[in-house]
Amino acid sequence: MTDAAVPPAAPPVPAAALPRPKARINWIRLAPWLYTLGLFVIWEAAVRLFELPPTLLPAPTRVFQAIVQYWSPIWKNSLQTLYTTTLGFALAIVAGLGIGLFVGWSKTIYAGLYPLMIGFNAIPKVALVPILVIWFGIGTVPAVLTAFLISFFPIVVNVATGLATIEPETEDVLRALGAKKLDIMLKVGIPRSMPYFFGSLKVAITLAFVGSVVSETVASNYGLGNMMSSAQSQFNVPLVFAGLMMLAVEGIAMYALMAWIERRMTGWAHRSTMGN
Amino acid sequence: MSPLVSIDNVDMRYGGPDGTLAVAGLNMKIAKGDFCAVVGPSGCGKSTLMKLVTGLHIPQSGVVIVAGRQVTEPVSIVGMAFQNPTMLPWRTTLENILLPLEIVERHRKRLRRHKREYVEKAEHLLETVGLKGFGSKFPWQLSGGMQQRANLCRALIHEPDLLMLDEPFGALDAFTREELWCVIRDLHAEQGVTIVLVTHDLRESVFLADRIFVMSARPGRIISEHTVPFARPRELSLLYDGAFNDMVQTLHGEIASARAAA
Ligand SMILES: Nc1ncnc2c1ncn2[C@@H]1O[C@H](COP(=O)(O)OP(=O)(O)O)[C@@H](O)[C@H]1O
Ligand SMILES: [Mg+2]
Repeated sequence: MTDAAVPPAAPPVPAAALPRPKARINWIRLAPWLYTLGLFVIWEAAVRLFELPPTLLPAPTRVFQAIVQYWSPIWKNSLQTLYTTTLGFALAIVAGLGIGLFVGWSKTIYAGLYPLMIGFNAIPKVALVPILVIWFGIGTVPAVLTAFLISFFPIVVNVATGLATIEPETEDVLRALGAKKLDIMLKVGIPRSMPYFFGSLKVAITLAFVGSVVSETVASNYGLGNMMSSAQSQFNVPLVFAGLMMLAVEGIAMYALMAWIERRMTGWAHRSTMGN
Repeated sequence: MSPLVSIDNVDMRYGGPDGTLAVAGLNMKIAKGDFCAVVGPSGCGKSTLMKLVTGLHIPQSGVVIVAGRQVTEPVSIVGMAFQNPTMLPWRTTLENILLPLEIVERHRKRLRRHKREYVEKAEHLLETVGLKGFGSKFPWQLSGGMQQRANLCRALIHEPDLLMLDEPFGALDAFTREELWCVIRDLHAEQGVTIVLVTHDLRESVFLADRIFVMSARPGRIISEHTVPFARPRELSLLYDGAFNDMVQTLHGEIASARAAA
């Protein structure tokens, strides 16, 4: 109960006499922040205790100092990485939805293409970067494409699975009414695969960051990946960690955004049994 | 008058020439307005029979005729309900009930312009099955028995001539099941729809049906046919009647020996 809930007609009572509304601290909401803070504290303490040189492991304070010191390049490169990642991710959404719908359309296509896709997904995408460089040169394009290639697979699998696992009874009821394949897909398959789709976005965005940063590290003059690898060659370890920190922030922000979208779009799936 | 459904010497085999022979030499006639029950041991081909009549499966040999026409594709004059209510969780109960109208050829063209009329019909059906005012709820907000009631409304919304029920009350508790027996009984009395009820609950079949077909173990065929003598309207007290229990016992004996023969 907050003070606002007290009816204004209540007789004035000396503040000290009021039964103190118990300050309820929401520990669950606070926990992520506290744990993060705890990690930094332990990290700082360990560095000081063991007197680790900043070239080995810089303390968090030293990393934040680097962030302030190099803010301009860090900001520019962070934006570049965010740009390549989201672009690759957007492509992955379009292609993933398209291919997912195609693969899930029929049990035959699903059976035929699934092993192929597993095989493709087993290829480490880092191995593709040199090929992309041959085709497109270094820079933004290979980073976008690597982010795309690495993140579209979970989207495809989830959309296709959502379509391919329609309950046979539902299909029977509709087919008995004269429903065509397209009807069943539009009325049941696609709405039903949406929770799978939005769920896969959380996984996909994280992977997209892996893809873009790997590509920037080996084949670009921009982006956090490139910034970190050049900082590393100059033994500027605090700057490397500053880059890592920015990546973590971007990753968490995008993940949270995807989780929020998922909740907004498919609330029903969390209430009904189908969601799990 | 020719029967609404006529099954003539039908064989149905799943999965190619060496597959499971589900039903063999199946013969059955169902008159318009009849309430028929099909009982038999588990796996004897009862669900297969339903799918043959609705045109979801086409038999390898024999003929299925529904409403004077040989079944070669799904027949939309049929409404179906299964044990699993399969309500779509992203649609409200009312929207779920209207779903068949978005599919059936003769309704889907009119649906948009005559929406009100259809919604009223759905709400009337909801009232009939005792779900008045629940149309705006989502299926996951309803209990199992309520979902099954809504499922019946969905099966009836397009005014089918034939209602096919495949063990619709199998997953419900005894009291809810008896309540729904009365719902079905009243629907049949009011709407004059022909009903085929597949069930393994013999009391259910005797309480509801006019005629009961007993199937043999797989490959299924009809081994006997009974006419239920009890007058309508039937009350639940019939369940404790001596003659009622005798009939249940006779059926039980037949199925037990059909199982033993397998
Ligand atoms: N789609 C299918 N493919 C292969 N065999 C099936 C299929 N559906 C049913 N069967 C087999 O056909 C037989 C009859 O099944 P079903 O009609 O579902 O029996 P019931 O409903 O009486 O329990 C069973 O032995 C079952 O294993
Ligand atoms: Mg069955």
